Amino acid sequence: MMKPIYFVYPGIFVLLLFLPRLVPTYQLMLIESGITFGIMAMGFNLLLRYTGLLSFGHGALFAVGAYAVGMMGRYFPDLYRIEILIPVALLASLIVSAIFGFICVRHTRIFFSILALALSMVLYAVLVKLYDLTGGSDGIHIDLPIMFGKSFEGMKRFEFLSGAYYYFLICIFAVSTGIMFAIVNSPFGRALQSIRDNEVRAEMIGIRVRRYRWYAFILSGLFTGLGGALWSFVNGHVTPEIAEWIFSGEIVYMTLLGGFMIFGGPIIGAILFTYMKLYAVSITQYWMFVIGATLVILVLLLPEGIAGGFARLFAWIKRGKAAGTA
Amino acid sequence: MENWIIYILNGLYFASFLFLTSLGLSIILGVMGILNLAHGSMFAVGAFTAAWIVGAFGGESPMIMFFVGLLAALGVAGVVGLVLETSIIRPMYRQALEYQLLITFGALLLIEDLIKMVWGGTAYYASKPFTVMGNMAIGDNQYPYYFLFVILMSLVTGLGIWLVMSKTQVGIMLRAISMDREMAKAMGIRIGRLNTLAFGLGGALAGLAGALIIPTTPALLGIGMDPLIMAFIVVVLGGLGSLKGALIGSLIVGETRSIGVVFFPEIELPLLFLIAVIILVFKPEGLFGK
Repeated sequence: MMKPIYFVYPGIFVLLLFLPRLVPTYQLMLIESGITFGIMAMGFNLLLRYTGLLSFGHGALFAVGAYAVGMMGRYFPDLYRIEILIPVALLASLIVSAIFGFICVRHTRIFFSILALALSMVLYAVLVKLYDLTGGSDGIHIDLPIMFGKSFEGMKRFEFLSGAYYYFLICIFAVSTGIMFAIVNSPFGRALQSIRDNEVRAEMIGIRVRRYRWYAFILSGLFTGLGGALWSFVNGHVTPEIAEWIFSGEIVYMTLLGGFMIFGGPIIGAILFTYMKLYAVSITQYWMFVIGATLVILVLLLPEGIAGGFARLFAWIKRGKAAGTA
Repeated sequence: MENWIIYILNGLYFASFLFLTSLGLSIILGVMGILNLAHGSMFAVGAFTAAWIVGAFGGESPMIMFFVGLLAALGVAGVVGLVLETSIIRPMYRQALEYQLLITFGALLLIEDLIKMVWGGTAYYASKPFTVMGNMAIGDNQYPYYFLFVILMSLVTGLGIWLVMSKTQVGIMLRAISMDREMAKAMGIRIGRLNTLAFGLGGALAGLAGALIIPTTPALLGIGMDPLIMAFIVVVLGGLGSLKGALIGSLIVGETRSIGVVFFPEIELPLLFLIAVIILVFKPEGLFGK
């Protein structure tokens, strides 16, 4: 029998294609924001789940993607076309994550996390302090890009987001999910997992541990930067806050909320988190309390996340049935 | 020349806060191996407690109420630390790193909003002690006595902690745990209790630092974020669980800040993080770690 993953994911994709007809624009924008976070969380999880490295500085890589778009709009308005912007954002993420990764993979465990945090704060401080170059804490406004020759000038952002951009976004989302799925199931992905499980053995069978960790970091940074670039259009504005460690903490939270031991968990977590944060903000001024409390409850009671919890539930039901028929 | 004396004194003044805040962070990291992201919130709790006491009762005798406020901040933040450890941190010791970091992150969000619930979203001003103490003259410039007072307070506290750590049984046990947890357990040290104690002590120190800052800055929401990240740099620089490291790390960061804001304000903050990165790469145990 085919694995459920081969028809569940295409099914979700088809559902997403029809979503603009099913939900109001406002909901659609939330989902778009969630999807961009999902791409980011997927990248983050390549490090956490598959390589065993917890980065507490991924916000910086997200910011690189978003700021690449913002800076292009500011300094090269002629090239403000989405088919140029996305590769530029990827290139910028590639460079920065190659540098960050090169430094970070010198350590593992808590030192890796601290190092990633410190590096992300370097970038954050630069973004805040270099006011003339980056707009400082005011950030940069993101205009609507030209998409494949079509200009959206004069269009309202929500129209742009619920029209052409939505389909562009879910196509990128589908492609990147597919690529990530291929990566984690490739020999390279297996090698990463062997490093995570036992570093010494991996070294013994000839895997160049540090090199592979570095590759994983770069790939992870590419996905995260892509998420940031796509998110910048949805949000319409980029500020240095996304490079700060608080946002990096939220990335960890999203991933664990969905369940990092399951491939799709981070995506589910990212979308859920977007909704949860928005509703918490709209119903109470104590939204941080709500988020914090859910976080504490999650870690204490459901450490495998929502998706992980469901997976366990299904396994339990299946086992119960099997036991019943036998 | 006079300017330089002032820069250096300002550096010492920054360093005093950093020292008090990072001491707690360093003890908790050393003893429990947990990077407590909620540590800045203890600082905030202390700041709000002291500012509220000075503002509400300090009408006639601000100095006396300021000292009451300092003690209260110490106590309240310490209790918050104890409660935090016994309620949500304790089940985390056996968990993986990501859960440990995440739970303190959750605690940070919780405490930030608890502060908002208790004290409301408004700022608390308590600048009386600062103005009462007055200024001294350095050359042609005026320098507030209050800054010297803060430096003195942190020196006295540091000395106190050093005495506790090196002379008392509790201190020796704490150091033993941070050196070798398993061995300490095998020797019959009751780790659970000392973990709670370390958390309470760390919280109290951060609370004291928070209380000391309120005569110069109003107590605002999010006041603990900056001290947390600075204390974090100090701990990285000085090395985990080392008193000497926290002292020297604070001095380096404090002086760099003080001189940096005068001469190169643009890169002062990135520079500090960059120093932290360099130390982490080449000497992850810190300048004075073991």
